[in-house]
Amino acid sequence: MSRSPNRTIVLWCPDWPVTAAVRVADCPAGPPAAVVERGRVVALSPAAHAAGVLAGLRVREAQARCPELVVVPADQRRDARAFEPVLRAVEAVAPGVQVLRPGTCAVPARGASSYLGGEAAAAAVLLDVVEGLGIEGVRVGIADGPFSAEHAARTAPAVPGTRVVPVGGDRAFLADLPVEVLAPVLEPDAPDLLRRMGLRTAGAFAALELTDVLARFGADGGRAHRLARGEDQRAAAGRAPLPELGRTVDLDPPLDRAEQVVATLGPTAEDFVAGLTGQVLVCTGLRVEIEDDRDGLVVRRWLHPRFFTAADVLDRVQWQLAAGGLTGPVARVDLVPEDVEPQGAHAEGLWGGAPHEQVHQALTRVQSRLGHRAVGTTVIGGGRGPADRMTFVPWGDRPVPARPGEPPWPGQLPPPLPATVLPRPGPAGVLGPGGSPAVLSDRGVLSVPPVRFRVDDDARPVAGWPVGWQPVQAWAGPWPVDERWWTDDAPGQLARFQVVGVDGSAWLLLVGGGRWWVEASYD
Amino acid sequence: MTALPPDLAERLAAARSAVAAVDSRFGSTTPRRPLETVPGLAPLLPGGALHTGAVYSVLGSVALATALLAGPSAAGEWCGVVGVPGFGAEAAAGMGVDLARTVLVPDPGTDPVGIVDALVGALTVVLVGLPRRVAPGEASRLTARLRQRGAALVVHAPHGAHGASAWPQTEAQLTVTGSEWRGLGEGHGHLTGRIAAVAVQGRRAGRAQHTRMWLPDAEGRVRPALEPAAPQTSTPSTTPLTRVAG
Repeated sequence: MSRSPNRTIVLWCPDWPVTAAVRVADCPAGPPAAVVERGRVVALSPAAHAAGVLAGLRVREAQARCPELVVVPADQRRDARAFEPVLRAVEAVAPGVQVLRPGTCAVPARGASSYLGGEAAAAAVLLDVVEGLGIEGVRVGIADGPFSAEHAARTAPAVPGTRVVPVGGDRAFLADLPVEVLAPVLEPDAPDLLRRMGLRTAGAFAALELTDVLARFGADGGRAHRLARGEDQRAAAGRAPLPELGRTVDLDPPLDRAEQVVATLGPTAEDFVAGLTGQVLVCTGLRVEIEDDRDGLVVRRWLHPRFFTAADVLDRVQWQLAAGGLTGPVARVDLVPEDVEPQGAHAEGLWGGAPHEQVHQALTRVQSRLGHRAVGTTVIGGGRGPADRMTFVPWGDRPVPARPGEPPWPGQLPPPLPATVLPRPGPAGVLGPGGSPAVLSDRGVLSVPPVRFRVDDDARPVAGWPVGWQPVQAWAGPWPVDERWWTDDAPGQLARFQVVGVDGSAWLLLVGGGRWWVEASYD
Repeated sequence: MTALPPDLAERLAAARSAVAAVDSRFGSTTPRRPLETVPGLAPLLPGGALHTGAVYSVLGSVALATALLAGPSAAGEWCGVVGVPGFGAEAAAGMGVDLARTVLVPDPGTDPVGIVDALVGALTVVLVGLPRRVAPGEASRLTARLRQRGAALVVHAPHGAHGASAWPQTEAQLTVTGSEWRGLGEGHGHLTGRIAAVAVQGRRAGRAQHTRMWLPDAEGRVRPALEPAAPQTSTPSTTPLTRVAG
């Protein structure tokens, strides 16, 4: 029946961090337990679930609901170590295991189901094998790609613990899931934004035009859109490995400690990602081979929900080292991309004018070092404040201003425009004659003419800016500001002033609610 | 073309191969190339223009540093702005900077020089804001890279942060020594432009050269100030030079 090349089985162990903690005896098995990361609950034991504790709660709230709760700090290396026996057991019955993260793995359905007598039988065998290790509550999902298969597993009923999405049924299956399932692929604030746009389900997102999605959310949006349409291009089987894009590090002398190995590998991981970005590719499936100096070898294949950054690669190496299996110090590490995808909006070929190839390579290289959002260009749109009008567009995303440039915005500042626009206005001070405070009245006029001002009314003034009070040489204003303020505590009426100091510096200041800010410098 | 005598041809070939060997060992250097430079500044710079393979430093004024990018950018070169948070892109566009080919890296992290190194060559002119002094070794490595790849660097250092010594050896150092803002009065008008007194100190020149330019004018452009000078001063940057027309 299966004509889908990426048909995938995903095995998911719910609350794996707690199961792992119990299995390596960091935590007793009986009482309610929770694993905590950065002060919040991330995983719960069944007893803690029963006591009403929820994932995402603060530790103190969780303990209020369940005073006998055992709290264990998160440790991904422990999770990886405890998952290793599960992976071995799954590998024994189904070839080609890929790890999504400790607690979740994928196998290509084609091999397993022909070997085990059909998809339902394969699912039953996998559940049986893992429960045989004493792990409760395991779920299996089967679908046309790893993304849908994982969500099939996560939504599978406790009995029989399996959900099979029929061939060709991924999009229909995903349509009813909340839009948050796309969160791992999108920017952190995107799901929230989608919800405010009235798009509550993955199906509603999938129904958008691809060009609109790319315009608003860039390459990440394009990838999420593809997933939501049930067109996951990642292959659990892995495709032909691309050894020429892989990287090998020989460690001489061999290194004993995982931290040393990871530290030594840092530049290689960056180079690995940069090599791919140079080809306008991202890696979604990675094979890591670690060899010790006694011919011991551990090989793991990792699948990423988005794509591997250099830090992600190092995480996988660290997890793989924590899982054990080597008898001596590490002598060699191989990173082999097994599955790659074209990267970024440039690859979508929707807007012409392909940039200079050399420029693209250099910029993606810097992005692989500093992050996608660290490098970009600016487009000018509408708005009155100087910061409102500039939109920073990360390299690879489509340049669209946040506010339309047309029609004209009344009340916008006339040129010339400031040379430096603070991303966030900083505190400033303005005084009238005799040191009386200059405040803006309800009618939008200043109580006293400004006589002295300072732009460094802060613990950390901008480098090179004048320090302390200086006399006002000339000033003008107010220009009322009626656009939305940048914080929640709106100080009521706001206005802009231009001020020139006796030192020859010129400034754009803001006043409102009895306080002054510096918004921009003209120098 | 006349044929060379055999022994001369041989020596010429030997010399060429020696040059090629040096090039392959140390990286070839591209010839210095003049870049488009905004009128008003060009005559003051060594060689009459901004050149590839050179480092220029600008003290204090972001507008002046941006003006150096405007010429090459308007002529179609890719430019970069590294470590200048709050770079006023719209003002830059007014000076002639083509924003579509100007790449911003507002926060280059702990190694801004390393980021610049990764960008030069792909980008022809990079403006970098440096929060600290650059070590001489680091500076000469990057300068060699600029020569290899045919790029220019503009180093912007805030006034007073580390003074004139942000970069050990620059082709020229540019400073705004005074500003006359126009258009603003006692509570009325609005800024319409500035005439800046600019000093350019070349590496080999003994004395700094001075000029006056609109930085920017009422349309946001940079151009030489042709009007008769206001009472001029020859004092250094600490003395204000302000006069308000209003």
